[in-house]
Amino acid sequence: MISVLIPSQLTAYTDGVTRVDATGATVAGVLDDLDRRFPGLKFRVVDEQDRVRKHMRMFIGREETRNVAAPMRDGDELLIFGALSGG
Amino acid sequence: MTDAIQLLVGTRKGAWVYRSDTARKSWRTQGPMFLGQIINHFVADPRDPNTMLMAAATGHLGPTILRSTDGGGTWVEAKRPPAFPKAEGGNGRSVDHSFWVEPGHASEPGVWWVGTSPPGLFRSADGGDTWESVEGLNAHPRVLDWFPPEAGTPDGAIVAGIVIDPRNARHMYLATCSAGVLETTDQGETWRPLNQNVEANFLPDPYPEFGQDAHHIALAPTDPDRIWQQNHCGIYRLDRPGERWERIGNAMPRDVGDIGFTVVPHVRDRDTAWVWPMDGTEVWPRVSPGGRPAAYRTRDGGASWERQDRGFPAEQGWFTVKRQAFCGDRGDPQGLYLGTTGGELWMSGDEGESWRQIAAHLPEIYSVVSAPLT
Repeated sequence: MISVLIPSQLTAYTDGVTRVDATGATVAGVLDDLDRRFPGLKFRVVDEQDRVRKHMRMFIGREETRNVAAPMRDGDELLIFGALSGG
Repeated sequence: MTDAIQLLVGTRKGAWVYRSDTARKSWRTQGPMFLGQIINHFVADPRDPNTMLMAAATGHLGPTILRSTDGGGTWVEAKRPPAFPKAEGGNGRSVDHSFWVEPGHASEPGVWWVGTSPPGLFRSADGGDTWESVEGLNAHPRVLDWFPPEAGTPDGAIVAGIVIDPRNARHMYLATCSAGVLETTDQGETWRPLNQNVEANFLPDPYPEFGQDAHHIALAPTDPDRIWQQNHCGIYRLDRPGERWERIGNAMPRDVGDIGFTVVPHVRDRDTAWVWPMDGTEVWPRVSPGGRPAAYRTRDGGASWERQDRGFPAEQGWFTVKRQAFCGDRGDPQGLYLGTTGGELWMSGDEGESWRQIAAHLPEIYSVVSAPLT
């Protein structure tokens, strides 16, 4: 099981919940699992070319990744943040 | 005769609906909806007024389409928003935001079109729930010539408008910011530029086959062979089957010029239209020329223009009106409505002779669309 931190920008999808459990062997797998439960969430974080959107950031534990193929292991933590984005 | 109408208002920070009484004198407000979301276009379906679509994005999140089938009471997100096909190697385009939302032809209920940034065209056949890439444009052999990655407006290169011939669902025009006007007669399978005599004074060849920045195009409702265009360089009109645009903005006062974002044809008179000039001199301030806001109306197809500023600030009015933020209704006299970059909503009940403010203190207004209030 992977614990995922949901940023405020996405809590409309999770009914206000900011921490959810998910499964998946990669970051994309975890996002796919979230998208099944919270339809539409993944596309707002990752574009159609599997690139993390410019103003979103993701960390596996304390390590930032922009690679959705990065492996995830049971017990990992995936932190999703809205980056600083002015205006 | 007038009817109650609703104004669908999309802003940089959310959406609002203003609903009028039958005299269009008093207005009820719904909103904000989706506060903080960038709503580029908010449109009702003339084939089914209870259906509405919004093009939404935020500073952080990717773009989506929001749908209502109960007149704006409740909203759901599209299951599959507009997205380009996935490319090998991860170098493909991705939709930054949907810009223009167009209901399909009257003969095709449930069909919708969306134009995006970067420039792309997408079609839905299920009322906006799922979207397909229109590969006739998005994979066109000249797509990199028409939409070079380095070209575009400050907010990103766009398909700035979609127009469908009311007599023929297969005949469509696009306004684009880097290929000018494109035309299809097979509903998007093939396209060709339609830009003869339209200036592009920012290119080495100022009258190229394509490369113009068509800010906005609209067909005259009573004569769909007449196309009005507000271009980056001026105001134009084309009467089909002609191919050569006429620079009707040459008749505008020289100290005002003919640069702007938008043009609104009269609902019944093919010779009448309104524009909203802006300052495109030097560094392009994009505000009302001289700080004196005004609409200009032609009643002779663009041979002459009259200033219509009664009600607007006589001085120190430093706003403009964007592409999708000026519209008319179907009343007689026709009502006119516009939203400003300063967050003000204005209307005229006498075809532009006088103007009054409906609302102020909104975020920057991106779109104002009128629809019958049923």
